[in-house]
Amino acid sequence: MPALKDAAAIVGIGETAFAKRLEDSEKKLACRAILAALDDAGIHPSEVDGFASYTLETTDEVEIARTVGAGDVTFFSQVGYGGGAGPATVGHLALAVAAGQCRVGVAWRSRKRGSGGRPWAGAQQLSVPAQWTRPWGLLRPVDEIAMLTRRYMHEYGATREHLANVAIAVRKMANRNPRALMHDRVLTREDYMAARWISEPLCLFDNCLETDGALACVVVSAERARDCREPPATIHAFAQGLPRQHQTMVNYWCEDPLRGPAWACAEQLYRRSDLRPADIPVAQIYDAFTPLVPLSLEGYGFCGRGEGAAFTEGGALEPGGRLPINTSGGGLSEAYVHGFNLIVEGVRQIRGTSVNQVEGAQACLVTAGEGVPTSAMILRR
Amino acid sequence: MSEAPLLPPINEENAPFWEGCRAGELRVQRCRETGRLFFPPRCLSPWAPHAEPEWTPLSGRGAIWSFVVPHPPLLPAWAALAPYNVIVVALDEDPTLRLVGNLVARAGGAVNELDPAAIRIGAPVRVVFERLSDEIHLPRWVPA
Repeated sequence: MPALKDAAAIVGIGETAFAKRLEDSEKKLACRAILAALDDAGIHPSEVDGFASYTLETTDEVEIARTVGAGDVTFFSQVGYGGGAGPATVGHLALAVAAGQCRVGVAWRSRKRGSGGRPWAGAQQLSVPAQWTRPWGLLRPVDEIAMLTRRYMHEYGATREHLANVAIAVRKMANRNPRALMHDRVLTREDYMAARWISEPLCLFDNCLETDGALACVVVSAERARDCREPPATIHAFAQGLPRQHQTMVNYWCEDPLRGPAWACAEQLYRRSDLRPADIPVAQIYDAFTPLVPLSLEGYGFCGRGEGAAFTEGGALEPGGRLPINTSGGGLSEAYVHGFNLIVEGVRQIRGTSVNQVEGAQACLVTAGEGVPTSAMILRR
Repeated sequence: MSEAPLLPPINEENAPFWEGCRAGELRVQRCRETGRLFFPPRCLSPWAPHAEPEWTPLSGRGAIWSFVVPHPPLLPAWAALAPYNVIVVALDEDPTLRLVGNLVARAGGAVNELDPAAIRIGAPVRVVFERLSDEIHLPRWVPA
């Protein structure tokens, strides 16, 4: 019996407002989100003894612990690769709780990507792999993913109609979520097709939002979870994936670039799970760019290789569809905070409190970014 | 194009690649144990434990594997050229070796002078080199 399976649960979720610009610092936003998550769990900050976050976080555990008033901290961990980190932060806490290294873990992400500038536009020393891409004008994450997208379209007959299906489905979710940045903005197929290019074949609406905001969640043992205020979202299974010869974002230097990290991650995830894709009625799929969704649908086994684009047809990803995704509006239409809003929304689905609740959902898949060393988890009641 | 920060830094691992470019030759690494090629350069071969790599020249021929056409917002020097093309070339010697580059009409040609609508995945290309500095002669690609 795997030690992790169902051993820990998310019992508290918290978030700040989301906006193009917030006044508070990333540190203060982080602390606000963490304290809100602890309030939600009914746990006092002095009980916190574990932290996990992203290597890209600007505030370290020391400052967070000193500011929120944590106790003696006995586990702390950071996960790299930006949008690949989300479920891994929670998974590391679950492993630590299951192994007895801490009892109350907090994971968070705070980011002012809306007002804080674009990372790709800063002066930079070219690293591997950037030294093999940027001198030729492949500058931004959108360019890197557009390159894979064009090849995906070529190999499998995917079209912009399929990418529009993703953008429209996720926008419909946001239109029902008053907290989503795009709550009041309907996106039609005509809007999508008329949008300006960012990097052909990707247009404006294939890109996530630029957002200021922070989110957090609280992880405790399944036993302790029964005593918390809200129904627990049990961490049923968790995995990370860094496949052989993978290269972050520019995964062009391996045998099969369209078989991304999701595949290796999914193999481990389902090996540790009682559930199969057919048992999962709702998913939060990392959506920094629309093409990551069909690629992830394939990697996580909701359809076969090359079938991810066709899977999006007929409103499959929309409210009431075959597999509703990103039910709070995701990174494309709620907020882009490196995918942490997908985790929080996954918990809401398990609690039954989503604005786009899938009735009776017993399980929810939450994924991190396809295209980078990644992670995923299955939450269940 | 004066984009100093975007010129690749030359280091121990990649120096033979750029030396090859200055000599008008596309070079990649080969595993001394297995003979298998690899790119980008590494200090040891991934194909056999402890195996040292060696550098070997290639034909400089390949086929377009994919391409994009970036539009603003971009870094200023690139915004001035947009829309331009960036291609990935699969090399003839081993199509799983892929180089990022640009498709130009001729050696020294601009990255935005070809109509992107005419670029085709699978089209054969041949390497050319453009001198950007004493050290960096950047490989780009022309239709073969």
